[in-house]
Amino acid sequence: MPCVADWLNNPFSIVQGIFAQNVPNSDWEKKVTEYFREKLKENNATNWVPSLNDVPVHYLKPNSLVKFRCMVQDMFDPEFYMGVYETVDPNTNARVLHFGKYRDVAECGPHQEIDLNSSQTVTSERQTFYCVPVPGESAWVKEISYASQARVSPSTSYTPSRHKRSYEEDEDVDLHPSKQKEQHMGSGGDIHGCVEPKRLETEASAGHHLISPNCSPPLDLNFPLPGEKGPACLVKVYESWDSFKVNDVLEVYGILSVDPVLSIVNSEEREATALDPMECMDTAEEQRVHSPPASLVPRIHVILAQKLQHINPLLPACLNEEESKTFVSNFMSELSPVRAELLGFLTHALLGDSLAAEYLILHLISTVYARRDVLPLGKFTVNLSGCPRNSIFTEHIYRIIQQLVPASYRLQMTIENMNHSRFIPHKDYAANRLVSGVLQLASNTSLVVDETQLEQGQLDTTGVHNVTALGNLITWQKVDYDFSYHQMEFPCNINVLITSEGRSLLPSDCQVHLQPQIIPPNMEEYMNSLLTAVLPSVLNKFRIYLSLLRLLDYSISDEVTKAVEDDFVEMRKNDPESITADDLHRTLLVARFLSLSAGQTTLSRERWLRAKQLEALRKARLQQQKCVNGNEL
Amino acid sequence: MSSPASTPSRRRGKRGRGSNPPTRKCSQDARSPPSQKRRTDDSTSTGDLQPMPTSPPAGGQSPSGPDALFSSPPQFRHSAIPLDFDISSPLTYGTPSSRVEGTPRSGVRGTPVRQRPDLGSARKARQVDLHSDGPAEDVVATEQSLGQKLVIWGTDVNVASCKEKFQRFLQRFIDPLAKEDEDIGLDLNEPRYMQRLEEINMVGEPFLNVNCDHLRSFDENLYRQLICYPQEVIPTFDMAANEIFFDRYPDSILEHQIQVRPYNALKTRNMRSLNPEDIDQLITISGMVIRSSQLIPEMQEAFFKCQVCAFTTRVEIDRGRIAEPAVCKNCNTTHSMALIHNRSMFSDKQMIKLQESPEDMPAGQTPHTVALFAHNDLVDKVQPGDRVNVTGIYRAVPIRVNPRVSNVKSVYKTHIDVIHYRKTDSKRLHGVDEETEQKMFTEERVEILKELSKKADIYERLSSALAPSIYEHEDIKKGILLQLFGGSRKDFTHTGRGNFRAEINILLCGDPGTSKSQLLQYVYNLVPRGQYTSGKGSSAVGLTAYVMKDPETRQLVLQTGALVLSDNGICCIDEFDKMNESTRSVLHEVMEQQTLSIAKAGIICQLNARTSILAAANPIESQWNPKKTTIENIQLPHTLLSRFDLIFLMLDPRDEAYDRRLARHLVSLYYQSEEKMEEEYMDMAVLRDYIAYARSYVNPRLSEEASQALIEAYVDMRKIGSGRGMVSAYPRQLESLIRLAEAHAKVRFSEKVETIDVEEAKRLHREALKQSATDPRTGIVDISILTTGMSATARKRKEELAQALRKLIQSKGKTPALKYQQLFDDLRAQSDTAVTKEMFEEALRALADDDFLTVTGKTVRLL
Repeated sequence: MPCVADWLNNPFSIVQGIFAQNVPNSDWEKKVTEYFREKLKENNATNWVPSLNDVPVHYLKPNSLVKFRCMVQDMFDPEFYMGVYETVDPNTNARVLHFGKYRDVAECGPHQEIDLNSSQTVTSERQTFYCVPVPGESAWVKEISYASQARVSPSTSYTPSRHKRSYEEDEDVDLHPSKQKEQHMGSGGDIHGCVEPKRLETEASAGHHLISPNCSPPLDLNFPLPGEKGPACLVKVYESWDSFKVNDVLEVYGILSVDPVLSIVNSEEREATALDPMECMDTAEEQRVHSPPASLVPRIHVILAQKLQHINPLLPACLNEEESKTFVSNFMSELSPVRAELLGFLTHALLGDSLAAEYLILHLISTVYARRDVLPLGKFTVNLSGCPRNSIFTEHIYRIIQQLVPASYRLQMTIENMNHSRFIPHKDYAANRLVSGVLQLASNTSLVVDETQLEQGQLDTTGVHNVTALGNLITWQKVDYDFSYHQMEFPCNINVLITSEGRSLLPSDCQVHLQPQIIPPNMEEYMNSLLTAVLPSVLNKFRIYLSLLRLLDYSISDEVTKAVEDDFVEMRKNDPESITADDLHRTLLVARFLSLSAGQTTLSRERWLRAKQLEALRKARLQQQKCVNGNEL
Repeated sequence: MSSPASTPSRRRGKRGRGSNPPTRKCSQDARSPPSQKRRTDDSTSTGDLQPMPTSPPAGGQSPSGPDALFSSPPQFRHSAIPLDFDISSPLTYGTPSSRVEGTPRSGVRGTPVRQRPDLGSARKARQVDLHSDGPAEDVVATEQSLGQKLVIWGTDVNVASCKEKFQRFLQRFIDPLAKEDEDIGLDLNEPRYMQRLEEINMVGEPFLNVNCDHLRSFDENLYRQLICYPQEVIPTFDMAANEIFFDRYPDSILEHQIQVRPYNALKTRNMRSLNPEDIDQLITISGMVIRSSQLIPEMQEAFFKCQVCAFTTRVEIDRGRIAEPAVCKNCNTTHSMALIHNRSMFSDKQMIKLQESPEDMPAGQTPHTVALFAHNDLVDKVQPGDRVNVTGIYRAVPIRVNPRVSNVKSVYKTHIDVIHYRKTDSKRLHGVDEETEQKMFTEERVEILKELSKKADIYERLSSALAPSIYEHEDIKKGILLQLFGGSRKDFTHTGRGNFRAEINILLCGDPGTSKSQLLQYVYNLVPRGQYTSGKGSSAVGLTAYVMKDPETRQLVLQTGALVLSDNGICCIDEFDKMNESTRSVLHEVMEQQTLSIAKAGIICQLNARTSILAAANPIESQWNPKKTTIENIQLPHTLLSRFDLIFLMLDPRDEAYDRRLARHLVSLYYQSEEKMEEEYMDMAVLRDYIAYARSYVNPRLSEEASQALIEAYVDMRKIGSGRGMVSAYPRQLESLIRLAEAHAKVRFSEKVETIDVEEAKRLHREALKQSATDPRTGIVDISILTTGMSATARKRKEELAQALRKLIQSKGKTPALKYQQLFDDLRAQSDTAVTKEMFEEALRALADDDFLTVTGKTVRLL
């Protein structure tokens, strides 16, 4: 049995071993995956594998086992490769079989040649995905995921050292020294402490970031969100690639390939284009995109890949397993205090408005759970109107949401932004790739649209398209990607929260008008103190709460169905104007999330009444608002 | 003839018969280097991957001596003929005199062979005897001794029998199911491809397109060989076709010899299903061209000249390379050969990127692309944006070995050498494209659909399958269902009336929030050629077509808009009422004539826009006012409204039973799991297929009883009105009825429109009328609301009021002038119904028209 270091550091030796043993039959491939699956099942073994999200590429040993959590941004064409090939030594005529799987380059010894004509050659197929780190991933997700990362480094020279600082936005660090500190405490409290002084890494990271954009020719790594950092990666998938879709979040375990030969081959090809007509199939742009330098875009040859339901590191990755069930039931038992605390916290954040806080919780646990023909069910877009204009309020609301959900993005709806940014991903046929846009987000990302920033002005064509796309996203939970000759519909599942002064120009499921109870003299200070005040362990509970409840099932009993029916009929009888089908829709949604937020998976009569009550309160507020300001709405 | 001859003696014998064309095969056979090419079944691709033989091929030998036969292959481009044609070469088979005299007669002898770069460089197909596994050197010997067992190396193709079979195919094949559009002008009972050859003789386009499906039905084995070994079999086909052709038309002059282009290979249809097994096989895939490169001249044959002794030699391209001769054969000087560019031969080549068509793609994935190489005539045959079916050979080439490193990139580059293009949407603007319209239905699918159609409640079933998430509105769904099926298309052009509209137009109006948009979205997602626009955001240009100057070619290009794009489909227009006047006026033509006339920027044309329109409109006052008529509520011109067959009101009904069912429906929506929903309703895919099948295969005609019933219905409708002195039906309504009845028959997959269809059409029509054409004041259905914009009762009331006013004035005796306000008050006091100021003014105007009075300012003067 090879020791740990072997399968981590030199997975090829393992593969070679298995290959040599089973060579005539093709089931060696299965055995390899089986072997690694078993290995990774061992306790904490996954933590031993260095993560490409965390460790810069140049710290990682080539051809070692790495993991990468990413979103599939684009899918390239499948490629044919030599699955098995034979080398021959021209002097001795000795023939040796090799495997080409998990490799970019068919290797052979110094005195050997590849026999391209061998009857042993097996051509196989693999698929390449262009993957980027999950867009809008919150800083805390990174910290917690990789805090538990083993620094028990298997290799000596390539220490996968912690490197979390580098991915955080610098301003973040500047603005929130307290938050940062407390987060470290948080991770220290929850997971066996590994609060490491990060001076060492900050130097390295700073250097890394300065160098990478400047030294290399500017290569657009195609991140959906502007200002994102982190490695993009070409992920080569060998099995069941049909099951993966664009925008899926994956965790892959595979062999890192950063062979400089890849880049050499490229440049040679480029030089040779003029001579060899075979090579001019691809334009220079396409070359750049499809085989970028390995130092910038490393390759991972996937041994194991799994789709992730969520990216919250505080939750077990898969909720169906036995041990995670106990985790769930433990957490459910203490659910109501967590909810109360969260409600309190959000009430403070929303300047003392508990109704808005209640709706915000419902919004944060909403998710599209099904689609009925074109209608997405379970989306709950909230329009928080009455936000103070041009204040830092909305920014801080976003900060707080960012602290609670694993992935989020704040979209500032300024004329400038709408006219100039790329919302809809479109296909660039010259480079043959899907150029990403802001709306290419993974499932369950929170999108906070800040409409308070919007001024009067002229939207140009792009702007109109962007606003339409945003509207479509909210109403149908789909984005029509632009393939220039046609459009293609990609369903999505994004929680949209709109903050605005009056009613938003975007459609929404539910408008809540904010009624601040307290106006803090210094908003900045108030919000900061709010975040400092909450204990890290409590914050973590909030995070678990929001991610977990999203994944629960829900049903309505016949009894309650009947009661709801009666209720509806009754209300309509008294005043047909009072409740329409739309209102019923919304009330049912509110009831659903209200039940779930209390940890109940069926609707009870009380919850139904409470949902109605909430709706009544909300509507009364809107009515009131209309009276106060006749022009509004 | 067992094979293309390779010995001079045999050749001479053939020359006597004068029938065997000198194909390049002759030269290849001799030239092919021994024991180079080896094919294995598991990886045919690698057969081509071997490195170049280090020694120059045998063909590069001195042209003197008998070898000259083989080393100067007769592959000339036509432009080069007068220059390079080697009269002395026996290969030309022509007597020198005949050429010198310049008679244009050529026949097989004079027609040059054109290289086929599409078949790749593998022009070294060697034949081996199956039984003697002997070394390749004795090929010639074996060839002569046996004739029948010979196969091309690595395949099971015997050239002679293959050729013979193909000739038999050409001579005998009669397509039993011929109905393709391209058959126009062909006698279906004659051998199809012989007629094609005749066509070639007349037109002079030396390409013979062969439908692989025909070949398969004729000879399964030959078909298999073609698919598996296209690069050996197609040249054999060429040979066979040329022999027949020049036998029949010896005097024909062609640019070059006929090339056979097979198409419609059934091997692969979808780009996604390509896999390593398809390498080097003949495949057909469909997709969309997304990019095409510039023309690339590719060297086919290099011309080298010795710098020392001026000895020249030609070297053919081999697997993409030209092997430069290192030593001059003549003077033995090393490195003295120089390439003479303008005596080398080039062929055109173009790289094209083909992308999977959107229909083939699984949801949530991005489309795949594949590179195509088009050669010679096929260059520039397709433009980006074209939908094409491509037949070609799938190739995989290893990425070049890095000379400095012994390692090879372990990935192959793949492309397709195009043999045949077939555009699938070229006729989109001109007529119904049967090819794409008729989706391929498998036998089982058709069986399922037919089974379904026999169910008694199929109509209800289908309508409930339509947008199940939208509650109730049964009649509206039924209406939309009939719209999806459409009526039968009738052509009365010969009687001068042109096409009758078969499409059914529907307008939905009603309160906001009654899921109108959702219905529209659903329909748009359901039909293959649906377009969705919003009235607010569309301009007339966006709906119709506009002319654009292509920035690159400076060519005027007609860009089609939503209405043209949804030809044969449905155009969903949301917020119909918000559309501006000029945009809406475009619809007038589309909705009745089903065409679109364009006259701009030098392009005048009429495009087909046989689209059904499903529109949704909101009332002006945001809430439907039940006291007003439809026209008043949505403020659309009645000219447009009357073009809608059905106008539905989507109102919030106020009754308890409805509320209860609605509540139950919504609640169930919120907890049912996805699987349950699927069980409950018919699958969207089945519905889509059902509609597609009915649309393309069922064309119901009116039965005798049905026409009687329709006549009765129409007469009845007119009678209702005539009793009260108004017209309640116009011929347009009769046409609507017919269309609806036909659509209903289509739902049943019935070729005959029967009484039940008419009954349902009547019912639905009445239902829609009841909703939209009810006069709110009287409660009577009145079609004139829609046709003239005012109900008959309203008109009557107006007249009555005018009479009353006249009486009132007359009763006042002889006063020359009256005060306006006074008169108004008097009239109101006298009348038993409320009289508005507008009504009063209208009455005054009516009287003024009668020259009874004039109104000046605030006084009314009698005349």
